[in-house]
Amino acid sequence: MSHDEYQRHDAKILTPSFITLLILTLIGFGLIAVRFIKGIGAVSNMNDGYPWGIWITYDVATGTAIACGGYAMAILIYIRNRMHYHPMIRSAILTSMFGYGLAGFSVMVDVGRPWNAYNFFIPSKWQANSAMFEVALCVMAYTVVLLLEFLPAVLTTLERTEWRTLQLCMDRLHHYTGINRPERLDERLEAVKDLGAWLKPRLDKALIFIIVLGITLPTMHQSSLGSLLLIASTKLHPLWYTGFLPLLFLINCMYIGYSIAILESVISSYAFKRPFETKELSGMARIIPWLTVIWLSVVVGDLAWRGQLPAAVSFDFYSRFFLLEFCLVAGGSLLMFSGKKRESIRWLFVSAVLIVLGGALYRFNVYLIGFNPGQGWHYFPALAELLITVGIVAFEILGYQMIVKILPVLPKLHTRQQLDAKHGLAEKA
Amino acid sequence: MAKPSRRQFLKIMGATGAALVAGRGLTAASEVHQVNNETLGMLYDATRCVGCKACMSACKRVNSDYGSLSYERAKFDPDGLWDAPQDLSGSTRTLIKLFKESDKEWSYVKYSCMHCQKPSCVSVCPVSAMTRDKISGAVVYNKDTCIGCRYCQVACAFNIPKFQWQKAIPQIVKCDLCTNTNLLKKGITACAETCPTGAIMFGKRRELLAEAKKRLQEHPGRYQQHIYGEHELGGTNHLYLSRMQFNKLGLPILKNDAPAEFSEKIQHTIYKGFIAPVALYSTLCFIAIKNMKGHGEVEKKPAGTSDTGETHNEP
Repeated sequence: MSHDEYQRHDAKILTPSFITLLILTLIGFGLIAVRFIKGIGAVSNMNDGYPWGIWITYDVATGTAIACGGYAMAILIYIRNRMHYHPMIRSAILTSMFGYGLAGFSVMVDVGRPWNAYNFFIPSKWQANSAMFEVALCVMAYTVVLLLEFLPAVLTTLERTEWRTLQLCMDRLHHYTGINRPERLDERLEAVKDLGAWLKPRLDKALIFIIVLGITLPTMHQSSLGSLLLIASTKLHPLWYTGFLPLLFLINCMYIGYSIAILESVISSYAFKRPFETKELSGMARIIPWLTVIWLSVVVGDLAWRGQLPAAVSFDFYSRFFLLEFCLVAGGSLLMFSGKKRESIRWLFVSAVLIVLGGALYRFNVYLIGFNPGQGWHYFPALAELLITVGIVAFEILGYQMIVKILPVLPKLHTRQQLDAKHGLAEKA
Repeated sequence: MAKPSRRQFLKIMGATGAALVAGRGLTAASEVHQVNNETLGMLYDATRCVGCKACMSACKRVNSDYGSLSYERAKFDPDGLWDAPQDLSGSTRTLIKLFKESDKEWSYVKYSCMHCQKPSCVSVCPVSAMTRDKISGAVVYNKDTCIGCRYCQVACAFNIPKFQWQKAIPQIVKCDLCTNTNLLKKGITACAETCPTGAIMFGKRRELLAEAKKRLQEHPGRYQQHIYGEHELGGTNHLYLSRMQFNKLGLPILKNDAPAEFSEKIQHTIYKGFIAPVALYSTLCFIAIKNMKGHGEVEKKPAGTSDTGETHNEP
């Protein structure tokens, strides 16, 4: 578990994709400013019939499932004891950190009276009957856990840093302003380094307990994300309204978690021109079909028990979305059952994409598409509303891109072949 | 080592599933919540309503400051002479509508909070901003606690709580039986006090039910033989009598169990005494530490062992 398993990705930060993402982020945050000045109605099509729109459905309900890579990897490595996947966990945790942090941020954009959020910390206001209360506390706690889990990457860097960028900036700044540098600056920077060095071994000792907390918390709140809709018995379509919502959401986030870990690895290998981690990925892909089979059996069994199977194949509006979700998950799993297809990066990618889309569509179906508050209500997200979501996602990717170039996050390329492969790829590019 | 850990993992999965199934089982044999007929409510008799909307204007006059309600302009009224809300909204707590089937078949209907005996909005509010007054039975909203998550709107089967979408400092708006205004000063809701035809009767739920039953008995031809709200969703304190079918008046056909009972039962089964999360955490800690120790020994062996890890994967 040494920190030498990871390395920084040496590349320029200012790339064209960086600038595109930056523009999208700025547009999104500009619209968020409009929302706070003129009210939610100014940027969103949400209404009293559809009080939860794309922000809750995508950024929170689906976004946190997509951010379950860290959760899924932690189960795989620490509980199922596959330590050889350990080098892949840091990048998974980084994306989870962004996913959850920004889901929390989206909630603050979405809620009407965010300044009252401190009530979550006042015991007399606690309302344990509310699934939302549980989700909110767990998501906050998990975000802190993710930060702690990621801290070793920062501390290792701190250990070796010579503050070059900072010194450079300071030099320029003091040159322009003509103010003298504070004398004790170096001393203070040294103190920060010492603090990091003091903290690191202590954190390493406690880390396993934090990691296990990082497995417990998502198990709790991912199931509660399903429980949130249990109250809407008259509004959620019977194809999705079931007492098994918590269980379905829990398994759903697990298979999305593993699939997204595969996608992240493939995409970052491709984007950063590193060799593909085919062996690790195909090993991981073995687990996914088992999870999806359990999930699909619960879905079908529950529908049969409640006598809703005819509704599922009636090919009306709801049935079509249900079948699409079902086929995407089932199709992706079928591909992953084949050992041969699992060895190919292309098929791994395709099947993981299918499963993530299917799993995400399930969450959309529960939160938005299958939700019908009664006659006369309609909802389709407004452009500004979508751009806020796009801005937040862009910020997430932007942050990931930047941090892997600053901190040791990606798995270290150790073998000769891997390094050669990297050279080959770099030359081709 | 891979084997026991997998077995344990499956056990945990199984336990979670079992807990959920148990949750379903328990619901069937639930202890049903007690309906309190001494709480306050209103009986709206659609056959007596003449649609004068005096209740609407009284409601807004009395509650406008308390709920930051404003007058709603209509398109046909550029001078802003009338308050003309189209539906319940962030500015309107009660509303009279006319439903016309034919020239002979029509009925007025009054919308406002149903003040459920087991309100979904109270059950789901994460910060207790929505509460049910134990004595009066009124479902009351506190904007100083509310975070504006709008879960109450998702939860309400009648779509009663409304949100002020156009305001930078919005709040939820719904009827609170004039708890902080007219009820406090005069002991009666503004709408019931104003109604000139006695279509809105204010009183204890017990008295209202007795009166409704009396009317049904005395004039069987005049009414649907059903008191809407007597049993719907576990009973509501706002009751309806009507000649037209209730669902034609926009009052949905609902089951008699409160949705909040089902959802709370599942949530409580999973989180009872916080035992399950703690048990999960300790089990996982045990497994993870055991795995870490085992790995520490493996690590001392020459490099390359980790590469063979792939072989003891799933069978």
